[in-house]
This record gives sequence, structure tokens and C-alpha cells, in this order.
Amino acid sequence: MSGDADNDIHPVGLSIRNGSKFYPGTQALKNVDFDLRMGAVNVLVGENGAGKSTLMKVIAGVEKLNGGTIEMNGEQLVFVDKADAVQHGIGIVFQELNLFPNLTVAENIFIGHEKTKAGIHIDRAAQTEAARILMKRLEQNIDPETLLGNLRIGQQQIIEIAKALAGNANILILDEPTSALSAAEVDVLFRVIADLKRQGVGIVYISHRLEELIRIGDYITVLRDGVITGARSMKGVDIPWIVSNMIGSASKDFPRAVDHMLGDEVFRVEDICLQGPAGILAVNHVSLSVRAGEIVGLYGLMGAGRSELLECIMAQHPQSTGELFIEGKPVKEPSVSGRIRRGLALIPEDRKRDGLVQIMGIRENLTLSSLRDFTRGIYMSLSAETAKAGEFVRRLAIKISDMEHPVSSLSGGNQQKVVIGKALMTRPKILLMDEPSRGIDIGAKAEIFRTMRRLAADGLGILFVTSDLEEVLALSDRILVMASGRLTGSFPSGADPADVISAATPNQRKVAVS
Amino acid sequence: MSSTTTDTKATASSRSSTLLLLLKMRTLVALFLVFIFFAVMAPNFLSAANVLIISKHVALNAFLAIGMTFVIVAGGIDLSVGSIVGLCAMVSGYLVLYGIDLGIGWSIQFNTLEICLIVLLVGAFIGILNGLLVTKLNVAPFIATLGTLYVARGAALLFSDGRTFPNLNGNPDYGSASFPWIGVGSLLGIPVAIWILAVVAIIAAYIATRTPLGRHIYAVGGNERGAALSGVNVGRVKIFVYMFSGLCAALVGLIIASQLQASHPATGETFELNAIAAAVLGGTSMSGGRGRIGGTLIGAFVIGILADGLIMMGVSAFWQTVIKGLVIIAAVVIDQFQQKIQARVILHQQAS
Repeated sequence: MSGDADNDIHPVGLSIRNGSKFYPGTQALKNVDFDLRMGAVNVLVGENGAGKSTLMKVIAGVEKLNGGTIEMNGEQLVFVDKADAVQHGIGIVFQELNLFPNLTVAENIFIGHEKTKAGIHIDRAAQTEAARILMKRLEQNIDPETLLGNLRIGQQQIIEIAKALAGNANILILDEPTSALSAAEVDVLFRVIADLKRQGVGIVYISHRLEELIRIGDYITVLRDGVITGARSMKGVDIPWIVSNMIGSASKDFPRAVDHMLGDEVFRVEDICLQGPAGILAVNHVSLSVRAGEIVGLYGLMGAGRSELLECIMAQHPQSTGELFIEGKPVKEPSVSGRIRRGLALIPEDRKRDGLVQIMGIRENLTLSSLRDFTRGIYMSLSAETAKAGEFVRRLAIKISDMEHPVSSLSGGNQQKVVIGKALMTRPKILLMDEPSRGIDIGAKAEIFRTMRRLAADGLGILFVTSDLEEVLALSDRILVMASGRLTGSFPSGADPADVISAATPNQRKVAVS
Repeated sequence: MSSTTTDTKATASSRSSTLLLLLKMRTLVALFLVFIFFAVMAPNFLSAANVLIISKHVALNAFLAIGMTFVIVAGGIDLSVGSIVGLCAMVSGYLVLYGIDLGIGWSIQFNTLEICLIVLLVGAFIGILNGLLVTKLNVAPFIATLGTLYVARGAALLFSDGRTFPNLNGNPDYGSASFPWIGVGSLLGIPVAIWILAVVAIIAAYIATRTPLGRHIYAVGGNERGAALSGVNVGRVKIFVYMFSGLCAALVGLIIASQLQASHPATGETFELNAIAAAVLGGTSMSGGRGRIGGTLIGAFVIGILADGLIMMGVSAFWQTVIKGLVIIAAVVIDQFQQKIQARVILHQQAS
């Protein structure tokens, strides 16, 4: 991967040798060697859960390696915490903006390391001046005194970068910086990156948008399951090369599609629209249908409108328009409980926030949506409830020692099974699953996928959302792709990954016009 | 407080689970200790007359605390209950004395049952108002009920221009002569108020543990978004808990007016704080999702016995207040401790 010529133009500013990182139950990084070159854009690509974010967190001092070393300028280092990494000139811009809308731009930039007089009095003038210089360096015409909340998302992203640069960063990590940006804003960002490169800053750039990587990158590193599967200079790299390294030849232990007959159409949505915050349609005239026993995978990048679509179906956005049909009959119920009764069930993306009541017991969580079944008049039969909960614990092989324990004491995979159990207990006809494998280890993943297969074989229609390409390819009977709120592609199972990826890339010209 | 199966099954780490059991029963232990202490220290504490007096005092706070428990478990707070007590006392006094003047020369008079129903309706109505403010207009519960606290208190004062309605003896001609019976009468030697409390407590406990509504109350307090996505009608649940709390407060207003045979507009001032204290002492979590009616009842008894016992011992009223405050703080500190140990015990069992 290295060449003497490369080393001359772009010296290695930081390197990781043999880096390993363990989390309970999983190994996120396996003996990773990574070189970060200064004055260049080092792009990092891989599926969700491949270890990109972990690697970056290690460099930014947020996480520590369990094995291996970090070297800077020939010196071995261990970053105690993020502040220590900042001391060494490392800045990171996370995917989610960490900003305060009620504070001014200058206050945001210097939050946590305010310029002070005598340690107590904030020197506003000095901060404003420094912020002005930063804005100039980033070629932005933003007044440091404006409230951050008044800026567009793209400008806020630039402020995040300014925040990192204010700590005198000469290594800058950008984690999917363009996921929320419009095409024009992406151009501005790329100009800023080019400038920084000229100033000798080493940039690490993470993104799922492969065209973007090829356009901006100088060096590329591909990660898969915590292992680096490809690292080279960007010259001659094309999308097929990236995809093949991302996915590999050997498939994970996903259950192969068991052949079973698909039934009739069980669920159809027509012309769903949802107004997004910025006046753009977050869900843009989407129509789709699911047949009984069919697993439809809905693939797309973050912000493509997939979760919003599921939320519309589940009555979370009263202002959304469009029609739903279950077995050909229109769904008019405006409430969640009404839609659950009609046979819809949702497995939300964020288990902790939306899926479970953490302090309640496992039994109580399992039966929360179907208490009606155990109730006659005003009498709720606890024994019937316990029996039913026990049945689902066995059916889904949820590993617990006692059904009365709070659900928060379970592992991620088992918690997810509780959420699935809760949904299944309502006897749904259509199961909507939003990122069903998020945050659970590989073994539990395979188990959940097997469960999905079995449910489909039993005649359930499943519509699942994922940003994991491999997952959507392996599990789906049919693949739908969304980008910028629109359905942009429909593929049969076994489609070419490159096609799916290019359908998921937002058509930037279209966005710029609309 | 009943011990759950978590306790009985824990054999692996028996020491910490014994400790856990003790901690869980802490309010009961506290009640026991307080009771023994005063039985020894305060003369006449155990006399039948005194027990009746104490239980009457406790009952008033216990009604409010039961309603408050539901509200807090659902993730809210109800500051208006004291004022609802005052308003409802005034309404019952007014109805007993004057009936409703139609302004056309004669008025409608009510019998005791009708008076009770109207007063309860007033309480429930203010509760529903609280609920609507919280759910439909998205006012924070603290602010919404603070607002109704002032409004209801002001309304109570307006009823009589701040004066007391005296001599609420009722009128046999109208069928309201039995009004004082609610507060001073007794059945089988036990005051009527205590009977009512028993009925309300049993209904509340039944709702909490054996109905979908009760489960929904806990779910809303534990995770509102999650509950909504599971098909729980969050708005309806919240309106119910405020309504129930208002209903409990109306009962207290009624009982006080009947007990004193007079109603004063300042009745019930700061009662809401005692109710919150009893709920918290009984293990209700202010962040919602956790709490039991039984615990709250015991909490109310601890506070009531503490107050009356200290009076009987001749401890100054100022010190009483200090002691009450310390007990509440201690209760919450111990509660935090219990949560920590409980989590550890469960992780232990989960691992084994």
C-alpha cells in the first residue's frame, strides 16, 4: 500500500499498528493497521458495523484500544480522553451535530474551551474575532454573532468543522458529513476540504456515498467486520472494487432464502407524502406493496425518508397524506392502536427510545400491545398474560432467567426479541421493521434473520428498512431503494450490489433544482 | 408491600437479596419503628380514641396521595389538589346552605347524595381540565397544575368573599341532614371516612395492577414514546390520572366540610406537598413508571403518625417540620441505594 513517492508528498501523520478493540460480545476491530496521511483526504468506507466509527473514536480518544499501538511522529501514544486527543491536534466532527441552537456561532465554536480573562470572564471580543478569522479561513460569510439555530444545516456542519479547527486540529475526522447536505452545500464543503488539504491538514473522511469518495479521496481504506480488506491510493479505484472489498466473496451466515410460495398482496400504500422540516418532502409520493410471505427490503442511506415512511404508516405523522390498504381494504384508523388492530406492527429503529419501557418487566413489555386479549370487562387475567408471555419467550428463544426482571437487564439481541415478541403478540398481517439488526451482535443478528424468514414462511408480509447492503441483498425477496424521500429503484433478489448502491445515492442535480 | 418473585428466587447472592428485601420493605419497617417509638414514648398513643383520630388525619392525606401516585407514575405532577380540596369544600358548603339559586325567585335544594355527586363532578372537572392542559395544549404538568392551583384557590375565595360557611348541619326538609355523617359518622365503630378510604384504595390498587388502564399508566410514565408506539392512547391515560386525582381531592373537600360542619376557603393549603411526600415515601419515583398504591398508603401513615406522635410528645411544631423533611430526603436516598442493589442482583441472576 505504501510507496516512497506517497510518503514524500503525503507524510504519515498518525498510524495504528495491530489495533484491536473488544466490546462485550463482539470484536469491533481485529488487528487493524491504518496510516493517516497528512495533506490528503483519507477515505474510510465499509458497511454499518464494519468498525469505521470505532476506528475513528479510537483516533479521537473517545475509545481506547484493547491491543495494538497508536503512533504519531514516531512516538507511541495513548490518548487518555478526547481532550487529550485534541491536545495532540485531532479534531472530530461526528455524524450527528453537537451544537446549541440557542447560542451564537462564536459561542458554539468555543464551547468547552472558552477564551477567558482570568479564567472566569468570557472574552467575547476575542472569541468573536477568532471565530471571524475561522469563518474567513473556511470562506464562509457567517456572522459569528448570529444564533446558530438560524443557520442552514449545511452551514451548521461548517460550524462543526470550525469548532474542530479552533482546537488547532491538524488531523480532522469527518464522519458522514454530507448525509444532511444539499448538493450546493456539498460543493462548499468540498472546497473547504481542498483548502484544508493545501494547508497540510490530514483529513479522514467517512461516507457511504461511493461517488463522493472517488471524487474527493486520495487514499482509501475499506473495512469489513473489523478487518481492513483493502487499502491503497485512490488512483485507479472504481466502484466495483470498493463494493467487492466491502462485501467480500464469502457471505455472512445469513439464512438462504427458503423457497415458499408468495401469497396475494396483503399490504399496499399509495402516494404517501410527508412534509419535512425544511419545506422539502421527507417522503415524496411513495407507493409500494407487500405480498403475504414476502420480505421486502427497503434500502437507503440516512435521511432517505425510510423511517419516516414507516412512521407515516404507523400513524406517527398526522399531517402526512396518502392511502393504506390491508388485504385490499382501506385503513382509515387514525390511532396507533387502531392500526395495530388492523394488523400492522412496527419494530422501531431505536429500541431504547421507542421500542421498550425500560423499567418495566419483560412480561409487561411483551404484552403491552395486546392487554385486551387477557381482559374480560374490567378483569385482566394475570395468569393468562403470564402464560402467553412464556409462550413467546420460548417461541423466540429469548434468554432470560426471570420474566419479572426489568427488560433493561437483557442484552441488545434479547431486547430486540422482546420488541419482536410484543409486535407478534398482536397477530399482525404486516410486520414493519426499522433496522432490525441495529446494535446487536452477529449471532443474535443471524437468529433474528432466521426468525424473519420463518415468519415470512408462515405467511406474514415483512417490510424492513436497513442501511446494510449485505443484509438487504441476503434477506429480501424484493429490494426497494429510497433516496431523498423518493422510491428510486426496485430490484429482484440477487441484484447487482453496485446497481443498488447507485440507486441509493441521491441524485444531486435534482436536489439542487427542487 | 408485597415482595415479588425477584426476591424469592434469589438464592445465589442471598446476602444482597436479603438486604434488598429489607430495603424494599423500608416504608413498612419505618412505619413499624415509628409506631413502636411513639407507643413507648407518647402516653395515650395506643388508646382507641387516639388511633381513631390519627387514622382520620391520615385518611385525608392518603386520599390525595393515592391520586397523586397515579399522576406521578404517569410521569406528571398535580400541584392543584390542595386548592381543589378548598374549592370543593366551599362548593359543598354552599350547596348545603343555599342550594343553587336560579335567579327567578326560588332555588334548587339538594339531598346529601346529590351534593356529593356534584362536588365530585367539580373535582373531576378540574382534574380533566388539568389533563387537557397537559395533553392538548402541551403545558408542562408542573405549570399547568400550578395555574389551576391559583385559579381554584381564587374561585374558592370568590365563593364567599373569603368568609367561612358556618353551621353545615344540613336541612331535614331537603334531605341533607345526613351531610355531617360523612365526616363524623361511623360504621361498625370505624369512621365513615376510613371506609371510603378503604374503598378508594382497593379500587385504585385494582386499577393499577389488574387492568390494562393501570398497565398503561405505568407504561406512559416509563416511556411515553414507546407506549404510544405500542398502541397506548397516551392522551386518554393522562387525562384519566388527573381526573382521578381531582376526584380524590373532591372527596377530601367533602369530608373536611362535613367533619368541621363549616367550610373555609383556605382549606387544604399545602396539602399537595404532603400528598407528594407520602407518595415518594412509599416508593413512587418522581421520574415516573414506578410506584404502588400500597406503598403510598404506608407512606401516608408514616407521615401522619410522625406528625401526631410528635405533637403528643410535645415536640415543637418547628422541629416537626424539620423532621418530616429529613424523613422524606432519607426515603429518596435509600430508594436510590435500593435501585442500585436491585440492578446488581438482577444482573447476577441474569448471568447465572
